[in-house]
Amino acid sequence: MEAVLLGLVLMLSIFLGFELISKVPATLHTPLMSGANAISGITIVGALISAGAQLNEYATILGGLAVMFAAINVVGGYLVTNRMLSMFKKKEDDQQGAKQ
Amino acid sequence: MNIELINIWYVVAAALFIFGLKQLGSPATAVRGNMLSSLGMLIAVVVTLFNAQIISFQWIAIAALGGAIVGAVVAQKIEMTSMPEMVALFNGSGGIASLLVGWAALYSGQTTTFTDITILLSVVIGGITFSGSILAWGKLSEVMNSAAIVFGAQRFVNALILVALLVCAVMFCQDPSVDSPYLYAVIGLSLVFGVMAVLPIGGADMPVVISLLNSYSGLAACAAGFAINNNILIVAGSMVGAAGIILTNIMCKAMNRSLGNVLFSGFGAVKQASKVEGEVKPINTEDAFLILEAAQSVSFVPGYGMAVAQAQHVVRELGEMLEANGAEVTYAIHPVAGRMPGHMNVLLAEANVPYDQLVEMEDINPRIDNVDVAVVIGANDVVNPAARNDENSPIYGMPIINVDQARTVFVLKRSMASGFSGVDNPLFFGENTRMLFGDAKDSISSVVAEFKT
Repeated sequence: MEAVLLGLVLMLSIFLGFELISKVPATLHTPLMSGANAISGITIVGALISAGAQLNEYATILGGLAVMFAAINVVGGYLVTNRMLSMFKKKEDDQQGAKQ
Repeated sequence: MNIELINIWYVVAAALFIFGLKQLGSPATAVRGNMLSSLGMLIAVVVTLFNAQIISFQWIAIAALGGAIVGAVVAQKIEMTSMPEMVALFNGSGGIASLLVGWAALYSGQTTTFTDITILLSVVIGGITFSGSILAWGKLSEVMNSAAIVFGAQRFVNALILVALLVCAVMFCQDPSVDSPYLYAVIGLSLVFGVMAVLPIGGADMPVVISLLNSYSGLAACAAGFAINNNILIVAGSMVGAAGIILTNIMCKAMNRSLGNVLFSGFGAVKQASKVEGEVKPINTEDAFLILEAAQSVSFVPGYGMAVAQAQHVVRELGEMLEANGAEVTYAIHPVAGRMPGHMNVLLAEANVPYDQLVEMEDINPRIDNVDVAVVIGANDVVNPAARNDENSPIYGMPIINVDQARTVFVLKRSMASGFSGVDNPLFFGENTRMLFGDAKDSISSVVAEFKT
């Protein structure tokens, strides 16, 4: 039953993802990609549990390495996305805001 | 904190990811969207630390701090032109993290066959993402030859690897244990397969690879979520997976090719035999200045060459001068210009070009015949009229920016070498085309200097 429930979550999230992303304009494709990439670092949650649960030393090492890689992904991903997005500026004198 | 409460916070985090992604859809709200998404991540990480299963924080602190520092430094230092290879590396680190999470999940004791399968999935997808991304990084940063590498028995070898992977996976599920030799075989084979999958893709197809690897890194996290029974990993991972697939699809459409064709054909490795004949008409910067000064409407069409020449800042300067001179200035950007989706937009935004001047191919093409001067900077295939006219051209059918239909076309080019995909371009021999040879940055700077005098 649990597998079915998780499957349902999976299906709904994929649909939601498609809906959300298909509206993003081409101008923002690079920040979108690096922002989405940072979200995929969510695997850090699993890594934290493996690294901290002290099941045995191999699991701790694997978990610790996973935490490190996922942290690179998360921190680097969000920061670089933010750096890129803050460069996108509108023309000051353009009050209309209409995209051509 | 008990597990119920943690799960409720995970729902909050998931909602923040969703709102964050939604706000990434418009330049005006995108910064806030990214903030929301990172807030969701922070919440997810912090509540996880309250999980009763975690009893030791020593390694967590060291590893997380180390990773965070590396990530932060890279994110601050990286040049915008090198963005594609950095995204490839970040994809790769997400992939290996999911591989390790899946692997470590085997130590949590008795597993069901369903869990074993999902563990293997996260290991396989994570492994492919990791080695594929490293190879993509090598190609993008030109540490290695960036062209497609194809050899005779490639498909056969790949099929063999896949079959071996499947057999080892089945054998592992028969007797799942942490020291099963089949586990190591699966890890090794998926790493090899990642390399094999990216090898035959090169050159102008790299935006597709990046998008696809982005999708894989999400799917790997998603599979890891199944392996450790965690909703937030499934929700976030599958949204990223969907995002990557959409971008992949957009890239393929922009090249008029199917995903299968991009993945297996080794496009960049094939050189076209037939040559385009004709005479090019060079122009010097003074004459270019005179034409630009008289122009009412100017459209810049950038490609990867602009990034290589670091010409985006002088281009913006010239754009501003033309505007002050009364011309309408736009920047027409093809979906696959550059080495990753939206690459040119980021470079121009960095150079302070307002985003309302960045127009997409579909917007510029219907009014291209009203453009007085189209300035092609370091772009080749995306403005190649052979895609429209020449059925024998390897890029035939690819949608292009029809600069040849503008009143005048300036092509900035270092020399007469063919473009990234090795396809000759009849645009250079067009009646209304003028070639401005030399380094793009120097050429534009000279024109800017003419304006100032």
